[in-house]
Amino acid sequence: MPQPPRVYKSPAIVLRQRRLGDADKIITLYTANYGKVDAVAKGVRRTRSKLAGHVEPLNHGSFLLARGRNLDIITQAQTIEAFQPLRDELERLSRGFYAVELVDRFTEEREENFRLYRLLLDTLRRMSQRDDLDTVLRYFEVSLLELLGYRPELEECVSCRARLEPVTNYWSASGGGVLCPGCLPPEEPVRSLSVNALKVLRLMQRDSFPQVARVNVPPDLARELEGHLRGYVRYVLERDVRSAAFIDAVRRQPRPPVRTATAPGEGTG
Amino acid sequence: MNEEIPSTAAPVARLIEEFHKLPGIGPKSAQRLTYYLLRTPREDGLALAQAIAELRDRTTLCSTCQNVTEHDPCPICADPRRDRSLICVVEEPLDILALERTRSYRGLYHVLHGVISPVDGVGPEDLKIENLLARLRNGSVREVIMATNPNLEGEATAMYVSRLVTPLGVKVTRLARGLPMGADLEYADDVTLARALENRQEV
Repeated sequence: MPQPPRVYKSPAIVLRQRRLGDADKIITLYTANYGKVDAVAKGVRRTRSKLAGHVEPLNHGSFLLARGRNLDIITQAQTIEAFQPLRDELERLSRGFYAVELVDRFTEEREENFRLYRLLLDTLRRMSQRDDLDTVLRYFEVSLLELLGYRPELEECVSCRARLEPVTNYWSASGGGVLCPGCLPPEEPVRSLSVNALKVLRLMQRDSFPQVARVNVPPDLARELEGHLRGYVRYVLERDVRSAAFIDAVRRQPRPPVRTATAPGEGTG
Repeated sequence: MNEEIPSTAAPVARLIEEFHKLPGIGPKSAQRLTYYLLRTPREDGLALAQAIAELRDRTTLCSTCQNVTEHDPCPICADPRRDRSLICVVEEPLDILALERTRSYRGLYHVLHGVISPVDGVGPEDLKIENLLARLRNGSVREVIMATNPNLEGEATAMYVSRLVTPLGVKVTRLARGLPMGADLEYADDVTLARALENRQEV
């Protein structure tokens, strides 16, 4: 990885922010040309900051950075896409948080990966335009695992290497893929993997998003896929993805259009 | 600050260490503050020590609005002149100070003590949202004003809370977003400009 020049430019997606001192913030960018970069945005906690609106998480923008002693400094920023619909709806936003958290957790600083940048950008676009949000997120997970070298084995049993039959198999995060019924460990708890779930996962691994999006995924199958991929991601990262809990919290909320007001005065606390 | 400096007296080293833990205080500032206190009159130093001790011992959270207070309920919740049908929801106690400086709000407050930020591990269950809903259930509040910061986390929190408040039959409003005083259109980001256009007002 060559050192970037003293002043360098790159399109990037803002992954997260942290406060620094009174008025500054450290912005974590996923840049197209240099991978993940932490950079200081000066004065962005002041109301009249020119940068503040452009360094919000989930923004896609064009950034000019200057090499600093410790951290680089964002000298100019211009939003390219703010993904407004993604910000306006919790169902979309919670999944957006999950996507940027995965990219943040799975990557090291300054390891360029243009395809991952592209994948995140495409995913945020889909999340702000489409309604099949869980399919978008599952496709993102499968593709990210693939790009970073954690591709789960879906063709043969990870234990006996026999080709998988179209029957209920088992998902093994620690084995890195699927176990056939014959290789099921007697004591360890494993999740069963339905024939349809295996089909969808294979499709996601092999095909482009438009093809995957044509498949109709009923809610119970969607939950199954979510469970398998979350479990696998947790196993690889060796930690929980915190945004997953927020997706669940939003799912538990009363839906905006349904349910009318409950009578006021009913019970306190 | 872990290296042993044999020439530094142990009490001095200890205070330097404590100062160094504070946000924005580097090793040099910690040393300067410590030696400054060593030279000031004894009473001044003790006054500081006492203020720090009382900070924790003599404050509590208001059981109504969750603001930091010496007496429960806090002066704002106890003030009979305040409008009890309005609750302004803020992230931090300092936000109340900012809103009170405007002298244009006469309702009550509710402090969430944070903002939803899944990436930093802060979820809705870590905020004082349940306490807010409990305050709304007796039916005397007619409007909740969401005054969380107009950034991604603040917006997410406002949306999340409003979904829980609306079913209780309480109106939820959001602080207007637009251009700050003294701003430059040329430098405004698209989201802010779009909101400013949406919320334009007749002059």
